[in-house]
Amino acid sequence: MDKIKTILHKEWAEVFKNRMVLFATIFLPLMMTALPLIILYATAGAETGDFTSQMPKQFREFCPEGLTGGECFQYYIVSQFMIMFMMIPLIIPVNIAAYSVVGEKTTRSLEPLLATPITTAELLTGKNLAATIPAVIATWIGFAIFAVGAAIIAKSQALLGALLDPMWLLAIFLVGPLLAVLSVNFSLMVSSRVNDPRVAEQLSSVVILPLLALFVGQISGFILLSRSLVLIMAAVLLVIDLGLIYLSVQLFERETILTRWK
Amino acid sequence: MIQTENLTKQFKTTLAVDRLTLQVQEGEVFGFLGPNGAGKTTTVRMLTSLIGPTSGKAIVNGFEVGKQDTDIRRSVGILTETPGMYDNLSAQFNLEIYASLYEVKDPKGQIEKYLRMLGLWDRRNDEAGTFSKGMKQKLAIARSLLHEPRLLFLDEPTAALDPEGARLVRDFIEELRKQGRTIFLCTHNLDEADRLCDRIGVFKSRLLVVDAPARLRSQLFGRKVVFHLHAPAPGLAQTAQALPFVQEARLVDNKLLVTLEDPDLHNPEIIRALVGAGAEIQFVGELRRSLEDVYLQLVKAA
Ligand SMILES: Nc1ncnc2c1ncn2[C@@H]1O[C@H](COP(=O)(O)OP(=O)(O)O)[C@@H](O)[C@H]1O
Ligand SMILES: [Mg+2]
Repeated sequence: MDKIKTILHKEWAEVFKNRMVLFATIFLPLMMTALPLIILYATAGAETGDFTSQMPKQFREFCPEGLTGGECFQYYIVSQFMIMFMMIPLIIPVNIAAYSVVGEKTTRSLEPLLATPITTAELLTGKNLAATIPAVIATWIGFAIFAVGAAIIAKSQALLGALLDPMWLLAIFLVGPLLAVLSVNFSLMVSSRVNDPRVAEQLSSVVILPLLALFVGQISGFILLSRSLVLIMAAVLLVIDLGLIYLSVQLFERETILTRWK
Repeated sequence: MIQTENLTKQFKTTLAVDRLTLQVQEGEVFGFLGPNGAGKTTTVRMLTSLIGPTSGKAIVNGFEVGKQDTDIRRSVGILTETPGMYDNLSAQFNLEIYASLYEVKDPKGQIEKYLRMLGLWDRRNDEAGTFSKGMKQKLAIARSLLHEPRLLFLDEPTAALDPEGARLVRDFIEELRKQGRTIFLCTHNLDEADRLCDRIGVFKSRLLVVDAPARLRSQLFGRKVVFHLHAPAPGLAQTAQALPFVQEARLVDNKLLVTLEDPDLHNPEIIRALVGAGAEIQFVGELRRSLEDVYLQLVKAA
């Protein structure tokens, strides 16, 4: 445990000296939080007219009970941004993991590190947590700010209830961390094969594509997030995560790390 | 302290270490001498449980490579070929990380002790990236000593340094030797091996020869003794050659050059034989061969 803590401490001290990483970890969540709040605020006056009939048919069915047409529209728009919010736990770890592995490569610090009695599992856990924890915390703080902001801006209790629906809580508190783990392990694997953090980030961004597809799908009305879909996502992610963790433990034998991560 | 038996490492296309069998005694400074690409680093990596051997066996500090790897890592110190410091972190922080990973009991005390000993205490809060090569190397030496290993692997500790830096590091190795630590020193620098080591193993994928530096010079080639004669006498070469312990005898002008293994023991007998054959010997001397000759000949032949 102490060794994992040491690795965490070291990773954070190193990685957060990088402006790119710092920027992504702080500004990205702030931006993703601010956008839906601004939208919520700007659309607060959209009470006039019958928006409900102009909305995609599927959405009307899912529109929570007790919302006025305008609120329903607000809920619809803000939901889109909530999905973008899920990108925070994907993007931040990519950044941290890519810079951490490529950093070890450029300073050639892996050999002395692997010569210590630290186990490979401890090292990988340390690197995983170093990237996952800031991502999850940033997501949660972002969501907390959003919740407080929404409570202030939302005009009705019904709208607030819809925005802070258990579905979203599940998405943030369960799917978020699972996405972060996925992203970390994927970028650890990618970063171990390339020598440029930017390339590693670009390659790792592949993991963001499915979520973008979801975003576009939702906007165009093909896919609608529901509690059951969020739960299915969580289950699928859990399986993928376990698979990835198993793979990375298999892949990153000490000798492989030493001879490949260079 | 170290025993290996047919230790072998085969990379995809390269046989980096070929059936290395070797013993290093406690308290000894062992020089592992070989050109670039000889497989020195690969050997050190196997002996410090960083990579696994393809075949063969090695016992380090009483622990077996491949079976008790964590025990080995815990009990040995290693100065890797490149210092591998975290450049963005302070010298002190770099050492704190390693003190924790090596489970050092009194990290603060140990860090201060070695930073002071290596003259880096005043720079402890500076980022390692601002250090010169020599200072980084010293910091890396401090890092390898925090857990007070009795066995220390040094992989080309002076290769990247200027003469002054190299001198400082060599003096420090001398200091460590006085403390009774066992040192496995990889180097391609003959002078360094000659000055620091109790024994030298010349290595190029295979272990070519192992001995004390002085004996390496003589045993391998024999030593050359010169007999200065008052006047050249043709029969004297044959007289010397006839003696069983003489490897070669040659007359050049009025000098008789005799190659033999142990002049201290056999010179009197040669002199007796030569005088018996009518030689007038003016004086006797030894032609010293440099270790470099020995080394280059060995390595070229391998
Ligand atoms: N991970 C590796 N994969 C393939 N070949 C390697 C690897 N490491 C070293 N080698 C090869 O093994 C040989 C010995 O290398 P090395 O042990 O670094 O030599 P030295 O330290 O004596 O200069 C070289 O030919 C080198 O190219
Ligand atoms: Mg080497």
